[in-house]
Amino acid sequence: MATIPANTRLAAERTWTGRLAALVKAAREAPLAVVVILGGLILVAALADLIAPYDPTLPVKGAEIFAPPFWMEGGSLATPLGTDFQGRDILSRLIYGARVSLIVGLMGTLVAGGIGTALGIVSGYLGGWVDQIIMRVTDAWLALPAIVFAIFLAAMIGPSMWNIIVILGAVYWTRYARVIRGEVLSLRERDFVKLAEIAGASKLRVIKKHILPNVLNTATVLASLTVGVVIIAEASLSFLGVGVPPPQPAWGLMLSEARPTLMAGQWWLTVFPGACILLIVLATQLFGDWLRVRLDPQTRNL
Amino acid sequence: MSSPVLEVRALTKHFPVRRTLLGGPARLVKAVDGIDLAIGAGETLGLIGESGCGKTTTSKLILRQETPTSGTIRFEGRDIASLKGADLMAYRRAVQVVFQDPFSSLSPRMRVGDIIAEPLEIHTDLPHAAIEERVGRVLELVGLAPDVAPLFPHEFSGGQRQRIAIARALATDTRLIVLDEPVSALDVSVRAQIINQLEALQKKLGVSYLFIGHDLATVAHISHRIAVMYLGKIVETAQSDALCARPMHPYTQALFAAALPSHPDDRAPDKPITGEVPSALSLPSGCRFHPRCPSAIPVCSQTEPALRRREGGGEVACHLYP
Repeated sequence: MATIPANTRLAAERTWTGRLAALVKAAREAPLAVVVILGGLILVAALADLIAPYDPTLPVKGAEIFAPPFWMEGGSLATPLGTDFQGRDILSRLIYGARVSLIVGLMGTLVAGGIGTALGIVSGYLGGWVDQIIMRVTDAWLALPAIVFAIFLAAMIGPSMWNIIVILGAVYWTRYARVIRGEVLSLRERDFVKLAEIAGASKLRVIKKHILPNVLNTATVLASLTVGVVIIAEASLSFLGVGVPPPQPAWGLMLSEARPTLMAGQWWLTVFPGACILLIVLATQLFGDWLRVRLDPQTRNL
Repeated sequence: MSSPVLEVRALTKHFPVRRTLLGGPARLVKAVDGIDLAIGAGETLGLIGESGCGKTTTSKLILRQETPTSGTIRFEGRDIASLKGADLMAYRRAVQVVFQDPFSSLSPRMRVGDIIAEPLEIHTDLPHAAIEERVGRVLELVGLAPDVAPLFPHEFSGGQRQRIAIARALATDTRLIVLDEPVSALDVSVRAQIINQLEALQKKLGVSYLFIGHDLATVAHISHRIAVMYLGKIVETAQSDALCARPMHPYTQALFAAALPSHPDDRAPDKPITGEVPSALSLPSGCRFHPRCPSAIPVCSQTEPALRRREGGGEVACHLYP
């Protein structure tokens, strides 16, 4: 009879060091620019307390207000990217702002993905009237303009970073619900799901062991593409004054505070936070695209 | 035969077809239309027929994936339609299935060991080590090494995957396995191996098989008895040897004629059937096979023949054998 020796390559991947090696290998395959930008931003956000030269919420002692970047006349290396209308250091505010953007982007995505994936799985697997109700709610949700809806919710429960996370989660889950439901509809007709049911597996077990692991790829790709959207939404809400409350440093808030003087020539107040938003959204989108191709079962047999 | 493991009586399954917008009459697809089957302990019943004849619906009914329109299915004397709770779980434990496509029946994200252990995890609270040991034992039973358990299904060939599927079906103390075309998707060279393995397992464990197939040679080889199904009805049933020695129903004869001769120079008997299987929505009057039957006589289009004792044991439903 045919026997198969245990595959040594796979055996290696099952140890912790093996997993770490696989992760490093995966990171190497990712586009360099994306890894550098995202890795850099995450590092900056994590180490903000160590690397930011000043407290981002207080004016820099001895600095002028509206000081330009150091290379311009009147600029100083003490505040390399200039100061704002209160004399606060722009660089420090950008560094702490990265933290806000990343936390809101990731946590908001997690909330949205969690709600949407759970509803999508329940809807697709149970079917029937449960499916009908969840999908009609999803349709209704989709009909609401996201930002207006978020402003409404923010006005209701008040501005704070954690509220924003919950609000954006509650606004952006619909896409997950629809996509995951579709995936589940095809999964539940697969033989291995039927086999589990015939063997007597409970619905919960089928979802946990067979449905969830098979939709995680899709959910991950969707998540990586949602992070950018959530970050922009956070910036928009902060810009509109219903997001992260001042004096906390958020990039959207910085744009908002710079608006009154936009035409007065203090371009550094808007260009730097704007560039930061552009950079982080671009990087997450590129990362999402790369992840989508990499996790696509058509191109990679996972 | 002493009391059968599985006994199917007058089983029917009709699927309603939705009315059209204009409100035509509600119609029924009679996928399974009154069939009787019995499988004894350690016995293999072959169920053979063309696509769309109701084989798969029958297996779904037996596996309780569909509920019958009427008729009963008894497993070890108990009507499975009434099973609930612990009794239903006992049934789920005793009856397993092996599907046709081994690439779809094994979850791509689970390790082989976990796939095989799943029924054990559901039905027993054995400790991890005991489950692992049992998995190793059934892997050996189907001719695989126990150390393949940590691998993923995509590392195996079709035949090996089908062995894994069989190992899973055997993991609990299974008494009936529904084999739904288990070798149709495999290479011809692998088929014989799997069939022989199934036979050896049956001898060793005394498990019963319901072997569903469309390939006569395979079904005849493994089955003790064969039931030939056409459009939801059983048209002929007999011991495997008797049926092969003398197929009586014209449809059975046609199935034999359609099988390739074992030697290229052998001429296949010239008794081809023509046409397609009629739609199960509008069944022919009288005998369901008469529009395609080469030996049809006038009475065939008027009355439907009942199953009658046939020469050499078994039953046949045909007006040619009154």
